[in-house]
Amino acid sequence: MTTTMDVQNSAAVKTEPSLRVPIVLGVLGVVALVLFGLLGPAGAVTTFRISTGADAIQIPALELPTRATGIALSIVILALAVYSFILVRAGRKTPTWLLAVFGVLWVLTFLTWAVADKSTSIVSLLQGSLLLAVPLAFGALGGLLNERAGVVNIAIEGQLLTGAFGAAVFASIADNAYVGLVAAPFFGLIIGSMLALFTVKYHVNQIIVGVVLNVFAVGLTTFFFGSLLKDNASTLNSPPRLGVIDIPILSDIPIIGPVLFRQSILVYILYVAVILLTIGLFRTRWGLRMRAVGEYPKAADTVGIDVEKTRWHNVLLGSMVAGLGGAFFTVGSVGAFGEEMTAGKGYIALAALILGRWNPVGALLAALLFGFADKLQQVLGVLETPIPNQFMLMLPYIVTIFAVAGLVGRVRGPAAAGEPYIKG
Amino acid sequence: MSETTAPPPESQAPVPDKNLPEHTAGTGSRASQVLREVATGGFGVTVLAFVLALVVGAILILLVDPDVQEAAGYIFARPSDFFGAAWSAVSDAYSAMFRGAVVNYQATDAAGFFRPITETMTLATPLIIAALGVAVAFRAGLFNIGAQGQVIMGATLAGFLGFTWNLPAGIHLLFCLLGGIIAGGIWAGIAGFLKARTGAHEVIVTIMLNYIALYLLQYLLTTSAFATGNQPKSPSVASSAQLPLLLGDGFRLNAGFLLAIAAAVFVWWLMTRSTIGFQFRAVGSNAHAARTAGMNVTTTFILVMVVSGALAGLAGATQVLGTEKFLTDGIAGSLGFDAITVALLGRSKPMGIFFAGLLYGGLNVGGRVMEVSTGTPIDIVLVIQSLVVLFIAAPPLVRAIFHLPAPRGLSKGVAA
Repeated sequence: MTTTMDVQNSAAVKTEPSLRVPIVLGVLGVVALVLFGLLGPAGAVTTFRISTGADAIQIPALELPTRATGIALSIVILALAVYSFILVRAGRKTPTWLLAVFGVLWVLTFLTWAVADKSTSIVSLLQGSLLLAVPLAFGALGGLLNERAGVVNIAIEGQLLTGAFGAAVFASIADNAYVGLVAAPFFGLIIGSMLALFTVKYHVNQIIVGVVLNVFAVGLTTFFFGSLLKDNASTLNSPPRLGVIDIPILSDIPIIGPVLFRQSILVYILYVAVILLTIGLFRTRWGLRMRAVGEYPKAADTVGIDVEKTRWHNVLLGSMVAGLGGAFFTVGSVGAFGEEMTAGKGYIALAALILGRWNPVGALLAALLFGFADKLQQVLGVLETPIPNQFMLMLPYIVTIFAVAGLVGRVRGPAAAGEPYIKG
Repeated sequence: MSETTAPPPESQAPVPDKNLPEHTAGTGSRASQVLREVATGGFGVTVLAFVLALVVGAILILLVDPDVQEAAGYIFARPSDFFGAAWSAVSDAYSAMFRGAVVNYQATDAAGFFRPITETMTLATPLIIAALGVAVAFRAGLFNIGAQGQVIMGATLAGFLGFTWNLPAGIHLLFCLLGGIIAGGIWAGIAGFLKARTGAHEVIVTIMLNYIALYLLQYLLTTSAFATGNQPKSPSVASSAQLPLLLGDGFRLNAGFLLAIAAAVFVWWLMTRSTIGFQFRAVGSNAHAARTAGMNVTTTFILVMVVSGALAGLAGATQVLGTEKFLTDGIAGSLGFDAITVALLGRSKPMGIFFAGLLYGGLNVGGRVMEVSTGTPIDIVLVIQSLVVLFIAAPPLVRAIFHLPAPRGLSKGVAA
């Protein structure tokens, strides 16, 4: 694998400032102006609801003329593209804030057009996005712990699935959703310990083990679902769900309050996990050692770091984090476990990890982006917009391909990820 | 040419433990290679791995069997009850699997007696072809995790050509098969192209393309060109585009199985007898050396992926033109992922893949019969299949479990 990686790296090095970003932004801007502005429905009104019924401070709904708003927003978008062009011509890079603002405005333009003559709640859109991002973010953080230590984790999907299964069963038995939350990491650990055993101890190819473990997780959970859970659904598969916890005062802030601080405990654990991991990874000895093992295990070994032990610990811890994320699918949302209910979310988590450039905050943001796409697809599905559902569902995967192909900036993972370390 | 250099076995033996695909690209005289494989891991480990996986499967069956649970309640009072119940639970399940996969010895007529083995061959057909595709990529050092998407795209185009076009029998069939091959090849070619041009890792790209293909098919099935009425299901392919049945109307076995054999022979020829195959293997074993020797590594990446995807696309075409006859969003089942495990089980060699495909096909068919007759969910087959591959990939683990000595020639560091 290393040999092939080196070949591409040398083949794809470019130095001159590329006009690729301004051109892409410009094309997107023109698309927005024509499709959502000039060709938008005349005389239609788009309504955005901003407050929920439970808010202390009520803000009236925003009613916007669809076409005029679309044109106005598109012009701002095009201005941003032009600014990016000027910057690149001056030999500077397009700043990240510009890309972020561009993205937000573009989505807003699209939304204004899509919700023409209808009404949608901004708060529930964002709230739902965050919620749907939870399993993706936990999966990505779990994967991050693996990959930063040099073990590629394709098995996130399997860890989410076993976590979801364990959470449902234990929450049902104890009749307490929080028991399920405690059980989920240990079920993720089943897959994690196998991953560590085969990749770290027996040096089997990490990608192969990951793919096979996903099959194993589907087989195992579906087997027990079919043989035990189906016939005993009332005792083994009817877990209570995690309630919403309001953080006093903070949850009363308009828009931000209900979105960030009126969520289930899983979301709050996620905040803590991201903060802890960011500090741990970049500010502690533990994180430094982990990164050393992931980047250059031989050097780490030379200075006395036990590569094999570090990898074991990280793979196990990572699988517990991903397993916890799996709890979202059962106690965190619908309750009961269903066959193959993670439906590829583990692979999106992997994508979020890559798009977030193996950084906890980046992974969270990427997960939020995918969560937003998912929620948007649900909202638009209800509103019956002209965009086929399936194309919205494709979006995260397409974005990921663009990302790894370097169109959204080059991504580079830990150098030794995928490499078994054989001491000698 | 590649067979002439024979490094001492000591230096080569650790390779299979590290990485399966690399192992298959190994050199050395063929006779000594066969001997070494049988002795040190190859066949013996394969059999033991299968036994181990069946044992784990049996434990799972015992865990959920109500009779066994009841007998376990008074195991110390009457252990014979427990072991009796355990034996009957496991033997019932596995014998049902055998009846479903090989021959049904309880059948009353010859057709019923032999039908299971023909069903096994029918299910093995797309598995073998897709696994051959995965194996071509493996041997060139690439991981094609996207067989699933390539199978879907192949089936979609082959099916579409099958139910929209009107051509004479035979020509229509060839045309549809070609459509499947092209669609699969292009879909995988995207990953190969991106890898060659931008360095995008093919594992990530092919995984993402799997989902894009699935949603694309789901979308197409909502359009008037594909859907029948309001059902997310396409019309049946014209009879002129269907793969002919091999054993008459009573059996589903079709000419796709002959295509699978032909594909295996083709891959054998491609990888061991052709210049291009030599190039594939050279890039797979050492891309640097291949480039130094004047080979164009990036072009090879694209070519490898196209060939790999073309085979997966052909697998999708046989599925829609031979077995299913119409498109649904479940046309590929879990074929693409099974193909990866079949390729691994077959050690990326055509002959091995042929038998591994039959084994997997048999487990799948047998699993259905087992589910119907004993109530054991078919999903246990997935557990057995995945464990077989894991055990085979880690011979030291299998040897440790059976207390076998490490074979001669294995360096201490790997065996420990």
